[in-house]
Amino acid sequence: MNRISEFMLPPAKSTTAAETDALFHFITSVSLILLLGITIAIVYFAWKYRRRSEDDVTPVITHNSTLEITWSVIPLILVMIVFGWGLTGYMNLTTPPDDAYEIRVVAKSWLWEFHYQNGHVSVNEMHVPVDRPVKLVMSSDDVIHSLYIPDYRVKMDVLPNRYTSLWFEATEIGESVIYCAEYCGTAHSNMLATAHVHSQEDFEIWLETAGAEDDDMDPVARGEQLVTRNACDTCHSSDGTRLQGPTFQGLFGSEREMEDGEIVVADENYIRESILEPNARITAGYQPVMPSYAGTLDDRQIDAIIEYIKTLE
Amino acid sequence: MATNDESKKVRKLQVRRFKPEENPEKHYLNEEKGLWAWMTTVDHKKIGLMYLGSIVFFFFVAGVLALLLRTELLTPARSFMDADMYNQVFTLHGAIMIFFFLVPSVPAVLGNFILPLQLGAKDVAFPRLNLASYYIYVIGALFTLFAIFTGGVDTGWTFYTPYSSTTSGGNIMAMTFGIFILGFSSILTGINFMVTIHKMRSPGITWNKLPLNLWGLYATSIIQILATPVLAITLLLLTMERMLSIGIFDPAIGGDPVLYQHFFWFYSHPAVYIMIVPGFGIISEVISTFSRKVIFGYWAIALSSLAIAFIGFLVWGHHMFTAGQSSLANMVFSFLTFLVGIPTGIKIFNWLATMYKGSIDLKTPMVYALVFLFLFTIGGFTGIMLGALAVDIHLHDTYYVVAHFHYVMMGGMVMAFLAGLHYWWPKMFGKMYSEFWAKITCAVIFVGFNMTFLPQFVMGAQGMPRRYFNYIDQFQSFHQFSTIGAYIMGVGFVMMAAYMIHSLVKGKPASSNPWGSRALEWQTSSPVPLHNFEHTPVIINGPYDYHKPMSEFQLGIAAKHGHHHAEEEVAVKVSKQEKE
Repeated sequence: MNRISEFMLPPAKSTTAAETDALFHFITSVSLILLLGITIAIVYFAWKYRRRSEDDVTPVITHNSTLEITWSVIPLILVMIVFGWGLTGYMNLTTPPDDAYEIRVVAKSWLWEFHYQNGHVSVNEMHVPVDRPVKLVMSSDDVIHSLYIPDYRVKMDVLPNRYTSLWFEATEIGESVIYCAEYCGTAHSNMLATAHVHSQEDFEIWLETAGAEDDDMDPVARGEQLVTRNACDTCHSSDGTRLQGPTFQGLFGSEREMEDGEIVVADENYIRESILEPNARITAGYQPVMPSYAGTLDDRQIDAIIEYIKTLE
Repeated sequence: MATNDESKKVRKLQVRRFKPEENPEKHYLNEEKGLWAWMTTVDHKKIGLMYLGSIVFFFFVAGVLALLLRTELLTPARSFMDADMYNQVFTLHGAIMIFFFLVPSVPAVLGNFILPLQLGAKDVAFPRLNLASYYIYVIGALFTLFAIFTGGVDTGWTFYTPYSSTTSGGNIMAMTFGIFILGFSSILTGINFMVTIHKMRSPGITWNKLPLNLWGLYATSIIQILATPVLAITLLLLTMERMLSIGIFDPAIGGDPVLYQHFFWFYSHPAVYIMIVPGFGIISEVISTFSRKVIFGYWAIALSSLAIAFIGFLVWGHHMFTAGQSSLANMVFSFLTFLVGIPTGIKIFNWLATMYKGSIDLKTPMVYALVFLFLFTIGGFTGIMLGALAVDIHLHDTYYVVAHFHYVMMGGMVMAFLAGLHYWWPKMFGKMYSEFWAKITCAVIFVGFNMTFLPQFVMGAQGMPRRYFNYIDQFQSFHQFSTIGAYIMGVGFVMMAAYMIHSLVKGKPASSNPWGSRALEWQTSSPVPLHNFEHTPVIINGPYDYHKPMSEFQLGIAAKHGHHHAEEEVAVKVSKQEKE
């Protein structure tokens, strides 16, 4: 049973996953039993009652009320069990405990931002404490996305005009993948994040030091780290590959043609503007899809990214 | 009480037996010749064949697109197309399959051909409207092809806002306009069928002698007429938003994107039943014919189609369990979704019971019907899984959903269509196909289908989201298995094309009733005469009364002054339509 479970479902790493899995296995098992019965009946009838001669006479059986009521009522009972079970589980999934730790999630095409209560923002990395309910309050800056963590069996659409929320309580220290489950365009399948589950102490240490940890690095290394951390590299390569956005390689100091025909030199101010107001000018041949990093990156961080881009010749 | 009296009224008719002519020299395929005669024909049979040609073309196009998708998914990253291309290809695969193949397939092809024959009518009620429906379909299709060649569409077949109202990729306006036009074809066909069933039944075809295929088409017509306008309205609103910037769905200008989902699924969920309910009708005909036995639970099957059509209108919200609608709405939609399961289950048990103690002949249509029973049952059970709220939260928008609807749409609807196509093929063309190759092909498609979609259930349950161009490495072996299955299925359809073409060119001539069916459409020549019947058929038995002699199913009104004298006199109930 465990083996089948491992084959069918991802590891269960939240407090609510077990109940969802139990219902999943219940429906699968009952369905397989019924399917087996139906299949055996099909094959058996097809063989047992095969035509023996063109003059075969078949009995006139137009209906049988007892039989028909039986095969209406039994499935009805079964689906009502499934309905009630599913509803109970769903109610748990939509009722976060009062003491849940709250994280604000902002979805943008195509990255996830996690805003913590102390003001720190992490991109495409969600850090949470183990054994403590966490509530995500989510909204989107552009189109509809959907936050999906298979290991926790939770999913919720993230909408541009309102807040939605989901909650979970991670039961294991480790990492889990976070997907975007609602189709959102070109890089939909790259809109991944990682859930990092820490012990309570480690989580607090991370939270205190997360913003400050890269202060002593040199600007180029820090810039490279920021490009990864903020998911810039989802759309901008550093090796000349064409992704959704222009590559960083050879960008600095080059002459760029804009969508409206304007020629711009990619200097510090241009890069700064592209980070804070990405849709002010669009490079010819690309779509205006980049989200703004205003409020996510501060001036020192933008400096570091510019220093990093300068090194990519 | 008045209706009660009416239903008791009978009238006496002078009838005689009309044996269908074998291998007629003149029939609907050769009485009018030339391209122009075909293009302007109002004959329901030829219009059915024109639809058949069109949907086969679109099935081929969308099938090739599916193979391209599966090929791209052989590797976790880029294989041979880029992400934007992939997004366009899956959008077109879905949109073309749904709107240009699945929705018109059974009603417009088999329905058009068979419906008047099963009623003993010379044509549908409004033949010209029928031709107009076809041309509306063609115009809609041309718009869509235009959209494909002027940039394509990358929104997914669901056109969710605000993505679809803001994306600059492709030509969404032409595509939505094409589907908007197409909807009218569907509505007009529905109206035509309903009126035909109400008004053009031969003497003796009362509601309880109506073939179950027609009950299926009747239920389908109701959905087509009531649901399709909502799609048209939705697409119009989308157009207004994009062209005139009226805020309806896009929150940036004051709209609500979830409203769009409500509108969209209010059509598109019942549309699923537009696709599958006529399939139920075909399966009832085929199983009864090849079991040579009266159908079990006639009224249960007939009414469950209507029940599905009705409840099908009230379950659209189950596509939106994670979309942010209220818990109460989710609860109600989940409950109603399970209610649809009951009439569906009843049908499956009824078909099984029909086989019990039958005289079963495993000809190709019957094999397809049994394949349908198996695959559709899997589709149904996995639908129960997706209706369960807590589980759906996990499975929504994953490959589990993809596998589920392919089991319902392809395993269910396409298999039913193939059962019907092989069943009525001799009636359509007067030729038989190779039983041997047809069965081999059926086996190839069955194996390919299951290899393609079974692994997708596992992938989805493991958390693989749908519409993903890249995926994480752990899913690669599943994807590769699935792709190989898709290739096998592709080979199966090429084989089918080959033996069908061979049948048309060199097939053995078919007799008027190769399956020994009691149904009315088999009591005329193969191929069918231009006006279906040379007489007015009179029906005294149910369409599945295999315990009664064939001669009782070939009666027609005897000409009063002809050479032939009436052989007997029968009493048939007077139905309302005849009084008028």
